Amino acid sequence: MIGVELAKLARRPRGWVAIGLLCLLPVVVAVFVAVTHLAPPPGQGPALLSAVLSNGSLFPAAALAIVLPLFLPIAVAVVAGDSIAGEASSGMLRYLLARPVGRTRLLVAKLISLIAYVLVAVVAVAVTSYITGRLLFGNAPVALTSGGVTTNNVVANSLSGTGLTPEDVLFRTLGAVAFISVSMLGVGAIALFLSTLTDSSLGAALGALAALITSEVLVALNAASSISPYLPTRYWLAWLDFFRQPILWRDIDRGFAIQAVYVLVFLAAGWANFASKDVTS
Amino acid sequence: MTSPAVIATTSLTKRFGAVLAVDHVDLDVRAGDRYGFLGPNGSGKTTVVRMLLGLVYASSGTIEVLGSPVPRRISAVLPQIGALVEAPSAYGHLSGRANLALIDAAGPGPRGRRNRKRRIAEVLDRVGLGGIDDRAVRKYSLGMRQRLGLAAALLRSPRLLILDEPTNGLDPRGIREIRDLLAELNAGGTTIFMSSHQLAEVEQLCTRVGVVDRGRLVLQDELASLRAPTGRVIVRSPDAGQAAALLDGRVVQRDADLLIVADAEPDAVNAQLVAAGMRVTEIAAERRSLEDLVLSVTGTGSDRVDAGSASRSTGRQANPPEELAETEGSSR
Repeated sequence: MIGVELAKLARRPRGWVAIGLLCLLPVVVAVFVAVTHLAPPPGQGPALLSAVLSNGSLFPAAALAIVLPLFLPIAVAVVAGDSIAGEASSGMLRYLLARPVGRTRLLVAKLISLIAYVLVAVVAVAVTSYITGRLLFGNAPVALTSGGVTTNNVVANSLSGTGLTPEDVLFRTLGAVAFISVSMLGVGAIALFLSTLTDSSLGAALGALAALITSEVLVALNAASSISPYLPTRYWLAWLDFFRQPILWRDIDRGFAIQAVYVLVFLAAGWANFASKDVTS
Repeated sequence: MTSPAVIATTSLTKRFGAVLAVDHVDLDVRAGDRYGFLGPNGSGKTTVVRMLLGLVYASSGTIEVLGSPVPRRISAVLPQIGALVEAPSAYGHLSGRANLALIDAAGPGPRGRRNRKRRIAEVLDRVGLGGIDDRAVRKYSLGMRQRLGLAAALLRSPRLLILDEPTNGLDPRGIREIRDLLAELNAGGTTIFMSSHQLAEVEQLCTRVGVVDRGRLVLQDELASLRAPTGRVIVRSPDAGQAAALLDGRVVQRDADLLIVADAEPDAVNAQLVAAGMRVTEIAAERRSLEDLVLSVTGTGSDRVDAGSASRSTGRQANPPEELAETEGSSR
């Protein structure tokens, strides 16, 4: 069943188009920055973008920062929201269950294909932007920015201003990819849960996005600071701490923990609902 | 001789909130039956079918399919069932073959990975889609989708076929083909449980019928005994006037050249008429048509909403089966 789900996901053009667009957006940004050499000053605009001009190998991280706030969650919510609701509205849910595919099995297969999708999307963005970054910035003469140190093996500046070796950049980028994937899985779990509640995939996807937007608003609201540590988007940007010297693990750890809780809670709720509901679609 | 029960429900009941969709239904389908499941729209047929397949959970009552309790042992039961529930469904962007391959691969067991291609070709052939190309299902006609749905139901050579409106969307030739196919499968030992609005269809194919009305099973019997002669003879004669006089007292009803005679033996009536020199163009024992039967035990479907009627309460006096034989009234 897992293989079947992956095959279905792979054969659906929609998912690939979304990943294509995700990869395209950082490229567009990169082209503009490369042509004009006008990077936003440090601390403004998408994170890390200012550091990119000096070296392209930081661009994957910058690219992830560009797609993280909106595009990536939308793509994930659409795929996850479609998982059960899409089968219900196409009328295939009853045939799958009557095949039979156990309800728990179906849900697990959907979850695994969702994880695969998230990983492919995040890694695709990282890889294409690495290539873009190397092509547009990597071979250009290194333009020293203030505070930047450059020696033969120091290729990039961390946010704290100390140099990073290529191995460092690779390791930290992988850390960021993992962190972002887990955060997206949190989004996916919410959408998957909603997908078991409704027969409308659009409704499930929008519901998950609404939850995220609510969370963003509350995170930015001082009056809501008492609950902000428990909001799903509170630690979304914590992966930037991978690019500090030394790495600031505190928020990263909390981010992983809070997403794990969201994933578990919503998957459990989704399972409880789906396993006991009447399939009338 | 009674065959083992293939579907047996006792007091099967389903409530959706305040609506009683299925009300104490005791289905009894035996091995080898061709069972026609009839009833007006919204009478609970589909809900019963969904409960048999474990899609909807019963509020109370028990279900046994192929000897196993449902939904407790559903995973042991379903692999032996082929189902078509309401409309057929498929992934529109894939071809019919790809759809069958996916649905087959989704099922349990490693069996068939090798011979999947052959089995798919086989079932496509059976339902008359043997020469289908690679176009997407989205471009199929309604009849083709119906055939594809049947093909999916037949994929694993089921012992029991549960079909909801299997001939929906097919033209007369297609209906005939599917009927022949179902008869052939049944002859090979497959039990068929089908719901349909096409009473003529059911009449030609089924051996047993069950009729639901407003969630209750109001009739369940062998079609042959339901359609036993009524003890009346229908005579058509250009000399109807004289014939009526001759058969004095036994004529129940007369309509131009048509007479309905209270007599169980058409041959005797015929002999009497011919002996008296009367011309007879048609003569036959009267049988109730399935349509009359169904209409006599059911009320209006839920899709008809009359002004000012409390549609759920009217017509509750549907005749219980025992009274059927006494049901009078024009059956022509």
